[in-house]
Amino acid sequence: MLSFAFRRFLSGIPTLLVLLALSFALIRVAPGGPFDTEKQVPPEIQERLNAAYHLDEPLWMQFGRYLGNLMRGDFGPSFQYKDYTVTELIGAGFPVSLQLGGLAMLLALLAGISIGTTAALKQNSRTDHVVMGMAMTGISIPNFVLAPLLVLLFAVTLRWLPAGGLGEWRSLVLPVISLALPQIAYVARLTRGSMIEVLRSDFIRTARAQGLPTLEIIVGHALKPALVPIVSYLGPATAGIITGSVVIEQIFGVPGLGRFFVQGALNRDYTLVMGVVVFYGVLIIVFNFLVDLAYRWLDPRVQL
Amino acid sequence: MSTLVTGQTGRSLWDDARDTLKKNRAAMTAIALMGFIVLLVLAAPLLSPYSIDSTDWERISIPPSFATSHWFGTDDVGRDLFIRTLYGGRISLLVGLAATAVSLLIGIAWGATAGYAGGKVDQVMMRIVDVLYAMPFMFVVILLMVFFGRNIFLIFVAVGAINWLDMARIVRGQTLSLKKKEFIEAARAGGVSPANIVRRHIVPNLLGVVAVYVTLTIPQVILVESFLSFLGLGVQEPMTSWGALVNDGAQVMETAPWALVFPAVFLALTLFCFNFIGDGLRDALDPRDRRDS
Repeated sequence: MLSFAFRRFLSGIPTLLVLLALSFALIRVAPGGPFDTEKQVPPEIQERLNAAYHLDEPLWMQFGRYLGNLMRGDFGPSFQYKDYTVTELIGAGFPVSLQLGGLAMLLALLAGISIGTTAALKQNSRTDHVVMGMAMTGISIPNFVLAPLLVLLFAVTLRWLPAGGLGEWRSLVLPVISLALPQIAYVARLTRGSMIEVLRSDFIRTARAQGLPTLEIIVGHALKPALVPIVSYLGPATAGIITGSVVIEQIFGVPGLGRFFVQGALNRDYTLVMGVVVFYGVLIIVFNFLVDLAYRWLDPRVQL
Repeated sequence: MSTLVTGQTGRSLWDDARDTLKKNRAAMTAIALMGFIVLLVLAAPLLSPYSIDSTDWERISIPPSFATSHWFGTDDVGRDLFIRTLYGGRISLLVGLAATAVSLLIGIAWGATAGYAGGKVDQVMMRIVDVLYAMPFMFVVILLMVFFGRNIFLIFVAVGAINWLDMARIVRGQTLSLKKKEFIEAARAGGVSPANIVRRHIVPNLLGVVAVYVTLTIPQVILVESFLSFLGLGVQEPMTSWGALVNDGAQVMETAPWALVFPAVFLALTLFCFNFIGDGLRDALDPRDRRDS
């Protein structure tokens, strides 16, 4: 197990390096700099600016400098937000995104697993078909289409919930639901599939033969083995929620990290964009690592 | 030679698949609906008296009306939303097909080479795929779009170049298992060259899996394009796509909900259809790999 963990840990490093090098190269090769303004800056000042930000050094030196700073948790100053470092911006945005994403993930798991289990218990019944049809709809409708439609229905027409902002818990309801719905659908489909398989196995038949109530069979016996595929889906689910949060935060005006990312991308805020990509990249890679460990622990037959 | 079984016409994989697919009502409905959407999108200029960027200053943000032939209403500068929705569909579908074709080419070449070569070559090639696979893909596409301008061609390449990873993995896996089959061994023993083995025996047997995967990739790609356009990083004015229209519509939904609803419905229906067709094809062509549902 330890050597597995170590090998799995090492395999994350090249991914990270490629990610860093790629985004770094893209940002430096791209046309248009952060100091390109309509008014031409005198060349002397331009030079000073470039020197101050080390933009005059060869690329590999800039990359080395950047890596060195990253090791110390320093993402550099933002090119766009005056007087803020990227680390500060991430520090300000991430807790908001984490709250939103965490709640969405929780909702996705709870709702998805219960829906999937219900469908599996009533396999091929009308309930099953209706529920799985709805799950397919949930997968098909992207959350940036769903979110405005939900706002239109619940905030504009019915006026039950606020359309955006951040403050009271009610303002979180719509963003969390929009973010969670596609994931609920995936989790429900996965749970249904694996639950059906587990319910057919011998130990469940034995439990039934002994006259255990259905609820106890499900909760006490079937759930754990049925959840193994869900654990392996946690990685993609996290990536999905993080990506989704970019648009959802934009739509609902939530001041999270995703919103900074979009603003930074539109403003060519090099350090901020890079910082967010690296931050989320590390997050996803670390998370996948943990998920693989958990998976291996749940099911020692797994070879990776 | 004379012992070959004759007198009974064989049933190919494709015959079986067609029959299975025909029995799948959801998939058949999806195919019909998708065909209808494609027809609508292709025939767009014949169906409306308006053009994509002509503005009707007399009728700004009017709801759907038959009297003026603005069947889906107009947007906030008086452009007809029916024709814009259909033209947006052209872009969305085109991006879906083109980017899928890019990913198909790279994926098949990469996967088949890795699988057939085996050994060290295979290991190195698949390690590269693994490394790229763990990248936050949407962020990379956004980076590409931000830094290299917002043109449609780049969307094809960016999305296709990143989406080929799944295809490569699937093709490699299939190639590995096919390589060990008796008929490949027979071909090799019969002196067929490796290139011909790949072309005549391996690739045709991959097509089933690839077809399934293509139908599932197209909606993903359409989704990515819409996502980018929604953020304002995709297709630029005066052209449009479903994602861009949904974005425009979302800004004015309180006063003109029709501007949001129509493109949203078209986008969702298309994704829905492709997912159902893909599921149906998977059941039909690849009965062993029947996963959930």
